[in-house]
Amino acid sequence: MSDRFSAAFAGLRDTIPLTVGTTPFAVIFGTLVVSAGLPPEAALALSAIVFAGSAQFISINLISGGAALPVIWLTTLVINLRHALYSAAVQPVTKNWPLPWRVLGAFWLTDECFAVFERRLQTVGERDALPYYLGSTISFYLNWVGWTAVGAYLGNRIPGVATLGLDFAMIATFAAMIAPQLRSLTPVAVAATAGSVAWMAQGLPYKLGLMLAALAGVVVGMLLDSRRRRLVVEEGV
Amino acid sequence: MSDMLWAAILGMLVVTYVVRASFIVFGQKLRFPPAVVQALSHVPVAVLTAIVVPEAIAPGGHVNLSFSNPYLFGTLVAALVAWKSRNTLAAVLVSFVVFGAMRWLA
Repeated sequence: MSDRFSAAFAGLRDTIPLTVGTTPFAVIFGTLVVSAGLPPEAALALSAIVFAGSAQFISINLISGGAALPVIWLTTLVINLRHALYSAAVQPVTKNWPLPWRVLGAFWLTDECFAVFERRLQTVGERDALPYYLGSTISFYLNWVGWTAVGAYLGNRIPGVATLGLDFAMIATFAAMIAPQLRSLTPVAVAATAGSVAWMAQGLPYKLGLMLAALAGVVVGMLLDSRRRRLVVEEGV
Repeated sequence: MSDMLWAAILGMLVVTYVVRASFIVFGQKLRFPPAVVQALSHVPVAVLTAIVVPEAIAPGGHVNLSFSNPYLFGTLVAALVAWKSRNTLAAVLVSFVVFGAMRWLA
């Protein structure tokens, strides 16, 4: 029992840098929802029952911009598809967990906790993996939901919060997430394509331009990938 | 909250949960074709750029390509700082200060 407890505590402790690092974004998210004219409950509901940072941020833009429901759902799906890779990566370990814990644990699978959990598996192994995972994910989850509530409360209290330009925080965050990846031809081409198509398709209703632009970017990326594979084969590497 | 908002959020829950639960709950019967994995690797850059560009060049729906557009200038600052430092939070903070200064001075 105490082994399990200390594993859960280790999970919480190892996640602290990421818990702290995402806190400002939780506050910004909560404030942003309110400043976009949506009710504060929407901020809490998104954090508590969707629990997916980048998809949550994008959904504010889509929902307040009048996007059609299928566009909102499809965008969320596309953005979160990477979690299937994490799900596959941890499956050899989680298959030994009781079904209720697998059902619950899957809900808490995020980029951050996946990274922490992977590292634990590589350094310590599978011993007490379940309490470790729960300590990590539940502390991360409660922190995210709690600070979202603080942000939503502040957004509701501060008069004129909608005119403060907080929407810039989301754009800046996304730009700062993309930029470091732009160090080789393929990602630069993907970004250039998606950006130009998004610009040209701005007038389309229901935010359809977003899907079109993302699709165009991914297609260009895949074309460049296959061209590189061909070159590698021709050079006989 | 409106029904539309609940529908949007519950739908987001369903698609997100199904993706996360895919292998953990439904087991090893699933397989990813390599082409899908390859395509997925381009998704973050494509989607995020597609969101940022229209918001930066046309805040509020009005195209403004000059440096007097704090959204455009601030976004470029965020991208540049992040590219140099690889520190997302620092980039956001610096760009927010620049953005705030531009709006305050304007």
